[in-house]
Amino acid sequence: MTTTTLTWFARHEIRLAWREWLAMMTAGRRGRTRAAIIGLIALAAFLHLPAYAVIGRFADLQAPLDKPSLIVITATIFLAWALMLSQAIESVTRVFYARADLDLIMSSPVALANVFSVRIAAIALSVTAMALLLSTPFVDVLVIGGGVRWFAAYGVVIAIGLSAAAVAITVTIMLFRSIGPSRTRLAAQILAAIIGAGFVIALQIAAILSYGTLSRFAVLTSDAAAAFAPDTDSIVWWPARAVLGDGEALLLLLAGGLVLLGVVMAVFSARFADTAVSVSANAAPAHQGSRPKAFRAGSRQQALRRKEFVLLRRDPWLMSQSLMQLLYLVPPALMLWRSFADSSAAIVLITPVIVMAAGQLAGGLAWLTISGEDAADLVATAPLPSSRVIRAKIEVVLIAIGVLFAPLVIALMLASPLQAAVTAAGVIIAAASATAIQLWFRVQARRSQFRRRQTSSRLATFAEAFSSIGWAATAALALAIPFAALISGLLTAAIVAATWKISPRRE
Amino acid sequence: MNSDEPALQVRGLTKRFDRLAVDALDLTIRTGEFYALLGPNGAGKTTTLRMVAGLLRPDAGSVSVLGIDALRDPVAAKQITAWVSDEPMIYDKLSPLEYLEFVAGLWGIEPSVSEPSARDLLASLGLESHLHERCEGFSKGMRQKVALAGALVHNPRLIILDEPLTGLDAVSARHVKGLLGERVQAGCTVIMTTHILEVAERMAGRIGVIASGRLIAEGTLAELRQQNGRNDTSLEDMFIALVDTEAAAA
Repeated sequence: MTTTTLTWFARHEIRLAWREWLAMMTAGRRGRTRAAIIGLIALAAFLHLPAYAVIGRFADLQAPLDKPSLIVITATIFLAWALMLSQAIESVTRVFYARADLDLIMSSPVALANVFSVRIAAIALSVTAMALLLSTPFVDVLVIGGGVRWFAAYGVVIAIGLSAAAVAITVTIMLFRSIGPSRTRLAAQILAAIIGAGFVIALQIAAILSYGTLSRFAVLTSDAAAAFAPDTDSIVWWPARAVLGDGEALLLLLAGGLVLLGVVMAVFSARFADTAVSVSANAAPAHQGSRPKAFRAGSRQQALRRKEFVLLRRDPWLMSQSLMQLLYLVPPALMLWRSFADSSAAIVLITPVIVMAAGQLAGGLAWLTISGEDAADLVATAPLPSSRVIRAKIEVVLIAIGVLFAPLVIALMLASPLQAAVTAAGVIIAAASATAIQLWFRVQARRSQFRRRQTSSRLATFAEAFSSIGWAATAALALAIPFAALISGLLTAAIVAATWKISPRRE
Repeated sequence: MNSDEPALQVRGLTKRFDRLAVDALDLTIRTGEFYALLGPNGAGKTTTLRMVAGLLRPDAGSVSVLGIDALRDPVAAKQITAWVSDEPMIYDKLSPLEYLEFVAGLWGIEPSVSEPSARDLLASLGLESHLHERCEGFSKGMRQKVALAGALVHNPRLIILDEPLTGLDAVSARHVKGLLGERVQAGCTVIMTTHILEVAERMAGRIGVIASGRLIAEGTLAELRQQNGRNDTSLEDMFIALVDTEAAAA
């Protein structure tokens, strides 16, 4: 294979990555490219505000730093790395399982190791490019407030992007070798989701257990963390020093990232081809059902509900994607448990978290049941009115939300009956609003498109998020400032009503 | 429902997307008939059948299924109709038997009737060793057979099939053809689109040829030959001649 061919293939990979990204941004609709780019620029400009609020005060930081500052910066960089690793694992899995060009590539007269080296490099490039894009508002804020030395942060983003891609490829191929192709897809996707959220949640849990607060900074800036952390000249702090403009640390980090990626390319490029062959040779495993059951009697809606519950239960990936949102409930649940021993006022914080999680989860489940219908023709040709089909599907969402959130509300009742009542009302209203929004914006899709559901209607996605946030805020205010809750509730109801007004017309 | 009623009567059926897909189509299919609807790609076959099955709302016209106005009372019409598309849409996470249980539940069939029927159907399609296996690992042909079994489990009186033999191997195709033949023998009506003209030639009692959304020829094979003025010609030659003539006229 010549250098020209490799360059050509690299261009092909970058073009594919660009188009996949563009399709995600534009919901796959042509003619929206300009609107998507304008929207992205506007979003990037807007993101400077929250970026300023979050890290503006750190712009004046100068080396040498004390341990707590080093810990906070290093933890932030580690969080960014974990998120990039999560995204890189997703990208690698997509290349293995979703690209339709593996047969074509592997049947072509080219050296597969070289081709897959390019593909690995393309994954690293796309992960790093996305990270650079997302970090721009934050780096801008630091550069404006603290000078050009903060440009070194871009170098750190590149270095951790390269290392995240290298680790992602290693993890995925190792999973492949140990648990086989059929399980790797699920395991890798769950791992990607857990890695993204796990670090933040672990910090919150540590903060609750040690300090009775949800603040992660309480742990990071604590004396215990400082005592446990290595000395300030340790290699562990290189990323933090590099961010602050230490050229030597930055060069070493970049070199480390490149070497790591190079080693992974050298070791795994050939195995990448074997792995790809294994995937195409092992479609889905023959999954035997449990003990055969007799056909069950019941109404047509019961048949629909039963089918929806079985499909939800049997798709661990979809379940994990939905229930991942419940991971965020672990810290407040822990706080609730602690509050029985210690009557802390912080328990009020649990209500908005629960309400928000219920809204988000209901939105995901509603998409799965209402839009994600794999046998749409069958259901549409069944002899029952579409209103009854929709009603059965909505019932599934509400039952699932009820089953998942009732234990939390009951536990809350033991601590504070009023708060439990407000939380229950919040859960019901947030879940109903999210479900209604999904209903108004329903589209026919396959369940496997769940990850891309947000791209089918940006409006529905934002409306669902604002509705959940609004009802969460309303519930929190109802416990603290009831009059403000009235205003917040009316505003949120207005958002939901406006969403209904502009939703596509339904027959 | 009158037994003398045609199984399907379509009058002035019209549907427009970017262009006219179905153009004031009239079609009558007798009860107990095996009818093949042929036409080139984009002729309007699938659009017509989707309107008949209640999946698309026509812009104009009427659809009557065994005397039931399918546009006024779609639920009653759907109760006696089955639809199978060329792209089998089944649930990956259900086994064939569970899929058929769901379909029977949707059509309100008693389990005492539907369960033996489901087992028989799956066995007759060569799926008896896969009854409890989830469909996610099935080939397209196996999925198509599951979809077909689902369509038949509620014992429909009108079976609408859009390219049902796509992706089936020769043995499976024979299974399916045998099953459809048995249903027609039992008084069922089958309307099927296909690009495999040999199947239409062998199985269909009558054949309709559609082009540009209009029915351009209809009849038994012998009648079509007569209309075409060539007694020794094959269906393929006749089909190509008809479609070419229509294209030239357009």
